[in-house]
Amino acid sequence: MAKREHSPHDSAARKGQGVNLASSEASSELLRELVAHLRQNRTQLREEWVNRIAETRLLTAMTKEEIFAEATLVYDSYVEALETETFEALQAYARNLSERIIPRGVETHEVVGIVLLLRDVLARSLFAKYQANFKKLNRILDAYEPAANRIANTVAVGFVQERERVIRQQQEAIRELSTPVLQVRERLLILPIIGVIDPQRARQLTEQLLRGIRTNRAKVVVIDITGVAAMDATVANHLVQTVEASRLLGATVIVTGLSPEIAQTLVTIGVDLGKMNTVGDLQGGIEQAERLLGYKVATLVEPR
Amino acid sequence: MEVPILKQGAVLIATFQAALSDADLKHLRIGLVQQVVRFRSRAVIVDVTAMDVMDSFASRTLREIAHMIRLRGAETVIVGIQPEVAFAMVQLGLTLEGVATALDLEEGLAYLNEKFKTTN
Repeated sequence: MAKREHSPHDSAARKGQGVNLASSEASSELLRELVAHLRQNRTQLREEWVNRIAETRLLTAMTKEEIFAEATLVYDSYVEALETETFEALQAYARNLSERIIPRGVETHEVVGIVLLLRDVLARSLFAKYQANFKKLNRILDAYEPAANRIANTVAVGFVQERERVIRQQQEAIRELSTPVLQVRERLLILPIIGVIDPQRARQLTEQLLRGIRTNRAKVVVIDITGVAAMDATVANHLVQTVEASRLLGATVIVTGLSPEIAQTLVTIGVDLGKMNTVGDLQGGIEQAERLLGYKVATLVEPR
Repeated sequence: MEVPILKQGAVLIATFQAALSDADLKHLRIGLVQQVVRFRSRAVIVDVTAMDVMDSFASRTLREIAHMIRLRGAETVIVGIQPEVAFAMVQLGLTLEGVATALDLEEGLAYLNEKFKTTN
């Protein structure tokens, strides 16, 4: 049973009626009656709703045909939720709808807006039908309102949850992009890090690097942090752990491009520099890596 | 649990299984050194590819094995530590310091080849 919401109709209804509003049987019967009305007048009410959507200039990212198609689905799901008093199907539909319209640029206020418009259109229709019988109108609204509110809530929350999921997915993608593990020679990987490293990114970096060492059978890794302005003690420790974990996989790590600030951080937190192999810049780091791997670079032709 | 130990010339290869108890590890510690003595091996490769967890006891035992084998003049190389295991180990401060490590059996043998070449 949907929770009863307090409304101005309540006190008037309670005062003189003697109808047991808590009786779920009576309420269910009223719901059935109202659902029947909504189904009978489906075509007309749906059209009214679509017109109101156009009036209020919502869903401008979609075409008229698309709005009509979605409106039909929403209307039917709405009525079904009212009828069955279960909201799982509606929740699933809301997420499905969100998945489709979010890439089209539909905003939260638009989705909430159209659901509330539908709620109003249906409510007005009920007012019109039962205007002659104030008692009955109140009872019908008592049955309708809590369910309608729950529906609006379900759709809005479903939409927002889908948006949040998309944002998380995009953040993950951005993180992956910003720490590419690149193979520049046989057995030699480079990990250029740019920007801010927070503990989460540091962790993701380490995992990616270790997987890369295994996949590429790397023996030397050059981690270049020229593009990192600053690093706190936590992240510096992560870096040391990355070096140690790489060694456990048989790879040597050379860290290059330490800024003066980062050099200071490392000394301050007491990093055992014997454990860390560092070289000034990326070029120097690659040259040392090549030496370690037994490469020698020589020019074949005199440069012009 | 029996740990298979194979002989490849002067190198012994011990393949650790997934769920080794503390008792198994203690047994291995002395067992491996006894094999090194018996075959006059110059090196032992301990393959931990199958281990998806490495706790502090296992880590310490590996270090002890390496030290004991070094006292017999032989080298130990730990190979096959999985990325997830390596990550967990360093977070717990288990770095296997002083023990040689390599990516896998192939790399371990290549490392030993290099080492034997330069020391001969």
